[in-house]
Amino acid sequence: MSETEIFDEMWGRDGCLREPYRAFHAWFEGEDPKRLRAKQREAEELFRLTGITFNVYGKAEAEERLIPFDIIPRIISGPEWARLSRGIEQRVRAINAFLHDIYHKQEIVKAGRIPEEMIRRNDAFLPHMIGVEPPGGVYTHIVGIDLVRTGPGEFYVLEDNARTPSGVSYMLENRETMLRMFPELFSRIRVRPVQTYPFELRRSLAASAPGCAAGDPVVAVLTPGIYNSAYFEHAFLADQMGVELVEGHDLRVVDGRVAMRTTRGYKPIDVLYRRVDDDFLDPLNFNPESTLGVPGIMDVYRAGGITIANAPGTGIADDKAIYSYMPEIVEFYTGERPLLQNVQTWRCSEPDALAHVLDNLGDLVVKEVHGSGGYGMLIGPTASRKEIAAFRRKLRARPGNYIAQPTLSLSTVPVFTRAGLVPRHVDLRPFVLVSPGSINVTPGGLTRVALKKGSLVVNSSQGGGTKDTWVLED
Amino acid sequence: MLGKTANGLFWMSRYLERAENTSRLIETGQRIALTRLGDDAREWASILQTTGAYPAFMAAHEEVTKEAAINWMLRDRGNPSSIRGCIEAARQNARLVRTAITGEAWEAINAAYMGACKSLSRKVTERDLPEVLQRIRQGTALVRGMILGTMMRNEIFDFLRIGTFLERADFTARIVDVKYYVLLPSVSAVGTTIDNVHWESILRAVSGRGGFRMEYGAGGGPREIVHFLVLDRRMPRSLAFCATKMEDNLRYLDPEGRTASLRMVRDLKTRYLSHDVSAIFDYGLHEFIQSVLSALGDVAAQIEGDFRFYE
Repeated sequence: MSETEIFDEMWGRDGCLREPYRAFHAWFEGEDPKRLRAKQREAEELFRLTGITFNVYGKAEAEERLIPFDIIPRIISGPEWARLSRGIEQRVRAINAFLHDIYHKQEIVKAGRIPEEMIRRNDAFLPHMIGVEPPGGVYTHIVGIDLVRTGPGEFYVLEDNARTPSGVSYMLENRETMLRMFPELFSRIRVRPVQTYPFELRRSLAASAPGCAAGDPVVAVLTPGIYNSAYFEHAFLADQMGVELVEGHDLRVVDGRVAMRTTRGYKPIDVLYRRVDDDFLDPLNFNPESTLGVPGIMDVYRAGGITIANAPGTGIADDKAIYSYMPEIVEFYTGERPLLQNVQTWRCSEPDALAHVLDNLGDLVVKEVHGSGGYGMLIGPTASRKEIAAFRRKLRARPGNYIAQPTLSLSTVPVFTRAGLVPRHVDLRPFVLVSPGSINVTPGGLTRVALKKGSLVVNSSQGGGTKDTWVLED
Repeated sequence: MLGKTANGLFWMSRYLERAENTSRLIETGQRIALTRLGDDAREWASILQTTGAYPAFMAAHEEVTKEAAINWMLRDRGNPSSIRGCIEAARQNARLVRTAITGEAWEAINAAYMGACKSLSRKVTERDLPEVLQRIRQGTALVRGMILGTMMRNEIFDFLRIGTFLERADFTARIVDVKYYVLLPSVSAVGTTIDNVHWESILRAVSGRGGFRMEYGAGGGPREIVHFLVLDRRMPRSLAFCATKMEDNLRYLDPEGRTASLRMVRDLKTRYLSHDVSAIFDYGLHEFIQSVLSALGDVAAQIEGDFRFYE
């Protein structure tokens, strides 16, 4: 696709200021760029002082880096959001129904909508979860749906993060920073608040407590520890919810409950919001080398003694090979047409698809089925001949390990630079909370932005930045 | 509260207090050295002895020089109790207990850390030293202010306070002992100018010069100074003051008095801090201080056990 087809969320395709940005643009025009540059630096200082940093793995001295923050907000109108959030809700409802089904009767397989080996042979399928009824029937208490936009009304789901989606602390801190720096903007423009997220999260987790919980359920956040790249977020959420932040070695199974070691002895936990992968959750049931988890927690879980959020085994729903079946999944469980579009996906495990992909490598994006973070992928249009040749070999060797998608022309939003406003590609991760009988989409989300001109990679580990995301109250 | 959190709070405040005290100690050393009355190397050696870091220092250096001694205590990577090491460790612990302390307290620690990183990133020249030391103490004072001004008076606060006063008592005991090391070879120096300069410096190190003069006017010798630093309950860095605070905060944590740590602090007070100053000198000042230091170490270990820091 050519440059001119790119949709800019502020200027559209034709350079006409779009409605959602009108009030912001009027304010921006009246600002002195020098003051804004000073504000941009101030924002950085603020982030450093609050400690909103992420750790970089593999460095001798644990280096803490800031994710660059851009002061120009990404703005979504009320009606745009209403449509989007209906689609998200539908998708999340389907994901939970799908998870319940594949760990119980597998109706969708029996109906022939998904091949059996897609489930049985999938590394993300967790046999331990077969027949387990999670408290309140909720599998994914927290979901982050990655969306991209290609036109005024065209949103595509790129990925469903159903394991332990991260980034919500940036959504909250970005807003906090904007409020601190530009209070006048928020009195001029009515932006829907996101700040109640931690409160909603706690309410939502408490509502999913197991039957054995007495009174106000005890909630805790489980972190792999201080050296984890998202440690700041774990501490931030525990702090904002007013619950304990625990590590594996603070926990132990006592009298059939998972309990934390306090200064006055062991105290049972009802709901554990874990930010530790399935594999590390329980050395007795999964990876025996793990020191991050709690020996025996799976047995307590299966006996209904604790809620684990998200439930173990949810990875099967955000697996990239399963992704290609999402339209069927949504239809099968909701009986409705999917409101959000899926990106066309070729499963390289299928010979016809593989042939097509190999013929068109230069135009496609190829991803590892279990990869994340923008690693291990090929972006055809920007790759060198050598890189394409190398990927061709990998594809032939293990076709089942890959999927391919067309290169989408992601929308852009301006970022503030020394040279003024320049367009950069963005994506969007809204956050969704699920509790028994309720799905709650926070109005906003995390907008990630590729800071390099023309780049489509928005991951923070590869030089991406973030923006505050506004949903207008209209 | 989690045992791990109690541990983090306890050590966070210990490290902050230690950073502050080490900066006081360097200042004292510098002051003693600048009076040019003694032998530089020997005095810095005794300062290092005070911190208990002398053997580690000598393992890494051929001889004691002023520059090396100051650098060791300020920022040497070989010394985990250097000011830089302490502030890093304090911040690390603060990150660990981020959910227990207020945002303001956390930001103050983070600011102290960023300041220290900057000013200690390279060797500090003699000219910059006073300002660097002062800024470090301002940083830690701001943290203390934020803790006092914004934190709930609950068990979180108690663990912070216990850590602070345990570390402070330890330091005051050690600084009284500096006199022992500095003057060891020459009992004849008692009452001389050098002697007075030393005592004066020690009072300064614990910000006690003004208070002492208020109390004793132009008079007061070693006996009064030891009384002031060990037994005076109004002096916020004296052993008696610190022990009383530890006892108070331990009692809040354990109103029924079941823990061994509370009993041990009470014992320590009865045994060492309820006598007349002459009893201390009869016992031998150095021996007295060494006994107090070891009792403080036992209390710290008992607190770890009583409140399940690790197990």
